Amino acid sequence: MSLLSILGVFSSAIFSGTSLLYTTLGEVIHERSGIVNLGLEGVLLVSASSSFAVTVITGSPFLGVLVAMLAGALMNMVLGYLVIHRKANQLATGLALMFFGFGLSAIIGKPYVGMRIDGLPRYALPGLEGLPRLYASLFSFDILIILVMPISILVWWLLFRTRWGLGLRAVGENADTAFASGRNPLLYRYQALALGGLLAGLGAAHLAIAYTMNWTEYMTAGRGFIAVALVIFSRWHPLRAIAGALLFSGAVAFQLLLQSSGAQISPFLLDTTPYFLTLLVLIAWGGNRKQSAPASLGRVYHGSE
Amino acid sequence: MAANTRFFPKVAFSSPIMDSIIRYVLMILLALVLFAVILLISGQDPIQSYIDIFATTFGNAYGFSEVLVAMIPILITALAVALPSRVGLINVGGEGQLYIGAAFATWGALTFQHLPAWLLLSLMTLLGMLGGALWAFLPAYLKAIGLVNETITTLLLNSVAPKLVGFLIFGFWHSAMDTVKTDNFVDAAKLPTFFGTRVHLGLVFALILLVAFWAFMKYTRWGLEMRAIGGNAQAARRNGIPVKRYLIIAMCAGGAFAGLAGMAQTSGFYGVLLLNFSIGLGFMGFLICWLAGGDPFGILLMSFMVAVITTGGNMLQLTRDLPYAAINILLALTLFVVLAKPTFFERKKP
Repeated sequence: MSLLSILGVFSSAIFSGTSLLYTTLGEVIHERSGIVNLGLEGVLLVSASSSFAVTVITGSPFLGVLVAMLAGALMNMVLGYLVIHRKANQLATGLALMFFGFGLSAIIGKPYVGMRIDGLPRYALPGLEGLPRLYASLFSFDILIILVMPISILVWWLLFRTRWGLGLRAVGENADTAFASGRNPLLYRYQALALGGLLAGLGAAHLAIAYTMNWTEYMTAGRGFIAVALVIFSRWHPLRAIAGALLFSGAVAFQLLLQSSGAQISPFLLDTTPYFLTLLVLIAWGGNRKQSAPASLGRVYHGSE
Repeated sequence: MAANTRFFPKVAFSSPIMDSIIRYVLMILLALVLFAVILLISGQDPIQSYIDIFATTFGNAYGFSEVLVAMIPILITALAVALPSRVGLINVGGEGQLYIGAAFATWGALTFQHLPAWLLLSLMTLLGMLGGALWAFLPAYLKAIGLVNETITTLLLNSVAPKLVGFLIFGFWHSAMDTVKTDNFVDAAKLPTFFGTRVHLGLVFALILLVAFWAFMKYTRWGLEMRAIGGNAQAARRNGIPVKRYLIIAMCAGGAFAGLAGMAQTSGFYGVLLLNFSIGLGFMGFLICWLAGGDPFGILLMSFMVAVITTGGNMLQLTRDLPYAAINILLALTLFVVLAKPTFFERKKP
């Protein structure tokens, strides 16, 4: 096995992990405000299909990214209206949103199946110009990959170092207390969902117009649920989410490495490792209140009289 | 997009049943109108589409039989959610339990090919239920000892199960022609069908389970104790009800139901185990059970309605040149409208 193939594996792991990290960050934000979004799969699909469609029509991938973000936020607003305003059950509404996304993305994307686009431009990392062309091309990244770490840190700063983040987490722990201290839980939850939708849109955009550069029906293939699992794995913390995404990318990379070296381990079994690790983490931290989920996650806020 | 149900005029009928029927009709109409808007935007004729859906599902006997076929798995997976919900457990893991049940049943079908049909099918049924129950055991146990919430664990295991099935198909069971499915089952391993349609014995399983579930909850001591746990687990424990045992058994029974749905789908519907054969049957069961409030009759009605919509979707794909998945929009809009209910269920809170 050559150095080139190993580097290639790492490069593809970075590409596949990026969309996941954005999505996970989005889910961290709204789970911190007390809303679990099981419809992430549908949100991703609608964002991905609309961003791909816009990129084909206008030829501008940056416009595609913008539309993906808007689509993600709009989808999350549907969820928000139902669970915040109409006080519907979050799990059921999320699953309904997933089916909605299956259908809507299929209609949006249908005319564009099989089309090719010029994806987001890639920039070579500085300092690698001296490398052979093939190596340098492996490590030339698009703007979304370059921004993913700064955005993770930004999300951490927002949640843990600003007044808004404090209010958001207070709402997620106990909406009544947050209300009593002068915060509007409904507003915080809408804001969290909007922000989470924007981030999920970034993830979907990276998947559709930077990584795979095409659209196929149900192309996310479970990424929404992986993100929900990674939120639990990272115990609702944006910086640990980086570790979670790395874990998943690592599993992908490991799998590709094994395949290229001819080892006989089923890729299906390797795919399950992130889930089992998440389960182990859950069991290990199960008794510890400090590390558990936001206390009012999944609860309906009925308002204080 | 979501419906604002406050637009409805406040109709006050003397009988609450009439009232709720009218409300439901209004809700479904609203969903149909919303979907019509989406059809119009994507350049389709909504009226003709609805005529297509209606004609293919109620227009002839075969179409109606297809509705029943589509109803079988979701009716059973809805019951798989309903039973644990009576002791307060939220089983989001129907999807995974369905896959594992299907895998267990397939193992039986491939290993004991030479048994007579009645024996082989009984064996596969038991294996399917065993598989589902085993898949539900870990979440149930972790919940019963108070370690991890069952919602999270069942959800995680959902993503694992299809991959395990993929591993089994790819690694051991795939047919000579095709690596994404097993060999076709022998005839003895296929559930019998009725009257030349695709309606299979799974429908009888589903209806028996439904009636048994209703009778069990209403007339047995265990049903009463389960409802007591669901109402107030603390109080039930103080009254000497073995809460932990009930939690584990109820969850595993739910898993067994979902496993049976997987067995019925592979043995009755496909006659072969396919990679990723279910996209969301288990989740659909969760939605149906939730919308019906866990009530057996409501589950029957809701799963019938969902089956009508999905079966009609097949026709839209053929005649309207829409992707099959498009019907999910109508499905989701119906669900959204029902979920946006608050005033609607006030009278009949379980």
